[in-house]
Amino acid sequence: MDVNMNILEFKNNQKIKRADIPVMDFESFSKKILPYEVRVINLFAKKEDGKNRLYCIFADDKNKKLFLTTTYVGESYPSLTSSKPCLHMFERLIYEETGIMPEGHPFLKPVRKQDGNTYKFLESHDTQTHEVAVGPVHAGIIEPGHFRFLCNGERVNHLEIQLGFQHRGVEDLLKKRPSIQLAESICGDETIAQSLAYARAMESLSNIEITQREKLIRLIALEMERMAIHVGDIGAVAGDVAYSIGANVLGVTRTLVINTMLELSGSRFGKGLMKFGGVNFDIDLTMRTKILNMLEEVCDRTDKMVEAMFAHATVISRLENTGFVGKKKAREIGLVGMAARAAGEEFDARVFDDYEDFEITTMKTGDVYARTYLRYLEIKKSAKIIKNLLNKLEDTETEINNKRFSLNLEPDCFVFSIVEGWRGEVAHCVMTDKNSYIETYKIKGASFNNWFGLALAVRNNQISDFPVCNKSFNLSYCGFDL
Amino acid sequence: MTFLTVLLLPFLFIGLINKMKAVYVGKQGAPILQPYYDFFKLIKKGEVLSDTSSFVFKIAPSINLACTIVATIILTLLNFNGDFILFSYVLALGKFFSVIAAMDTGSSFEGMGASREVSYTSLVEPAFFIIIGSVAALSGIHSFRNLYALIQTHNEIVILISLLAIFALFMMILIEGSRVPIDDPKTHLELTMIHEVMVLDNSGVDLAFIHYASAMKMLLFSTLIANIICPQFWWAYWLVLLVIAFLIATIESIGARIRLTHIIEYTFVMISVALIVMSLVLLVMHGGHIA
Repeated sequence: MDVNMNILEFKNNQKIKRADIPVMDFESFSKKILPYEVRVINLFAKKEDGKNRLYCIFADDKNKKLFLTTTYVGESYPSLTSSKPCLHMFERLIYEETGIMPEGHPFLKPVRKQDGNTYKFLESHDTQTHEVAVGPVHAGIIEPGHFRFLCNGERVNHLEIQLGFQHRGVEDLLKKRPSIQLAESICGDETIAQSLAYARAMESLSNIEITQREKLIRLIALEMERMAIHVGDIGAVAGDVAYSIGANVLGVTRTLVINTMLELSGSRFGKGLMKFGGVNFDIDLTMRTKILNMLEEVCDRTDKMVEAMFAHATVISRLENTGFVGKKKAREIGLVGMAARAAGEEFDARVFDDYEDFEITTMKTGDVYARTYLRYLEIKKSAKIIKNLLNKLEDTETEINNKRFSLNLEPDCFVFSIVEGWRGEVAHCVMTDKNSYIETYKIKGASFNNWFGLALAVRNNQISDFPVCNKSFNLSYCGFDL
Repeated sequence: MTFLTVLLLPFLFIGLINKMKAVYVGKQGAPILQPYYDFFKLIKKGEVLSDTSSFVFKIAPSINLACTIVATIILTLLNFNGDFILFSYVLALGKFFSVIAAMDTGSSFEGMGASREVSYTSLVEPAFFIIIGSVAALSGIHSFRNLYALIQTHNEIVILISLLAIFALFMMILIEGSRVPIDDPKTHLELTMIHEVMVLDNSGVDLAFIHYASAMKMLLFSTLIANIICPQFWWAYWLVLLVIAFLIATIESIGARIRLTHIIEYTFVMISVALIVMSLVLLVMHGGHIA
């Protein structure tokens, strides 16, 4: 892509003066973000000096570049969704939060607000079609979400997902009282990824440089989180197809990883590990051996179990050709993270991170099988990465710093921090005002993009296959509702 | 003796399966008597009834249980011509009530479950009658006693017939008892359930009755198998039950559930086996000569 004056290329976690943020006119803006190879990471609107400004952060994944541009719009603007469907969620959110009207948006339903009177679910007047409503209270102990199926017999014609039951106003809370504990609680299974994105953004804004050792420990924790959840999720997929030996063995194996995390940080999910300006706990020699032993044990068990599981005809027949989202569809609706890589999309936010020689793992088929098997491949890769990082850890300074830093943000700055959590990218975008307060805090997790992918995946599938499709994505409710 | 076993020990059978399953995957598992504890816990509990459901919903579990007990009496205590026909239709009556009770709730889940239950279990009936009917034709005894008579006939083909009949009956147990690979008794996922989703609205005593009746049904079909294998010795009956429990636990532990659309193929296998039984019976009766 030609980088002209109106698009700013920047680095992950780079602090940018807000005065340096470029502005384009709307027409060239819409032309710039429409091309196929540009992947929009976040698009949001903000009132500035009485004018509505659209911020767009997008990536050129092939060349590992991040870009930022903005444009001014009035109270309404011609919707971009019709020409770039992956923007539909962003525009719905913009309308819900600011009231700026994307003219011609095909389905302008609120994202998090529940207003059943104004915004009806899609209905069918076909006599063959019946509705099945699931949730927000479920039979299992899971988070609330409402799923409305339009079915013809056992076949799903359409699924509409209504979320927002968990909306806590995280973004507003982070503006008023930014804290690492709050960032850790954005989404329980992405604790490390979310707190890492928060910490990096805040450190960048406060001009704090952390040591190499701390950087490595953070990445080790991030990869351990990825391993733990992936192992658990393969087990959960096995459980959903009633393959109980897989569910149990992998469930136990996951415990090995999170118990090591417990020994490292005092929390099985890594809460309390990250701090503003470093990490709270060091990986000493005994901890290092423990992690290495754990990796060996986990890889061994996972290898054996996954091999047995994927050699089993009944399991394979449940997973293959179920919940298919192909590469073209994935690109069109803007799938991200693991689900997109399972469909053959080649991007991973780890290329923007401190990993060395990072190679992207993908699958081709885009069905439940691909999403499950990709998890296995990522487990193996994470184990390898952790080993490398542990080796590098030996060459660094011997201790982490125990200093407490106070939040001392630079005024009028913008920072964008992207971390590849296990589910997909976690993108935090922070802007400060002239008094050094946080003016805007925008969080976008992979669930924001991928819930719609789930809705498409179950189309023309059996309704009884919905749970296993759902588990293969394993999206977050609270990470979406914020 | 058999009557009391089927009446009193169905939960032991279920508990045994659950225990074996737990051991299979390396867990300690719940106590073998846990289903009894659950049953008595449910008996003590109150009920929640939805406003939209009618008296049908209220009486169905009791009728279902009553039908299952009557079927037990027919199989174990009584003996008359055509008793297997009554047996089958008394069970069908019980199922009819549980299905209309599920429809009565008006919930989209339960209607879905009812339609699944009917479409899959209705295919058990032809297989059952082909097998029992063929054996009746072979032995000339038109009651369940023909199963006892089967083993007395010393003929190689009859052994083959017995084996195939046992195989088909075992497949029936998995369907009637809602076990893997047809249904997953452990799942909490409403959308995949067959039997469980029909009873989502039931609670308290009614739920206890439903669990009791479905456990009893599994034991009833197992008793049928035991009758074919070894009707003379009481210890053989227990041994057969143990083996069946072990087989069910094994299947549930090492295999996945089949896709809902493929259950129809499973039932066709069952019916095909029943038809082979019939062909073999015809072969024996006519001595391989075309009449």
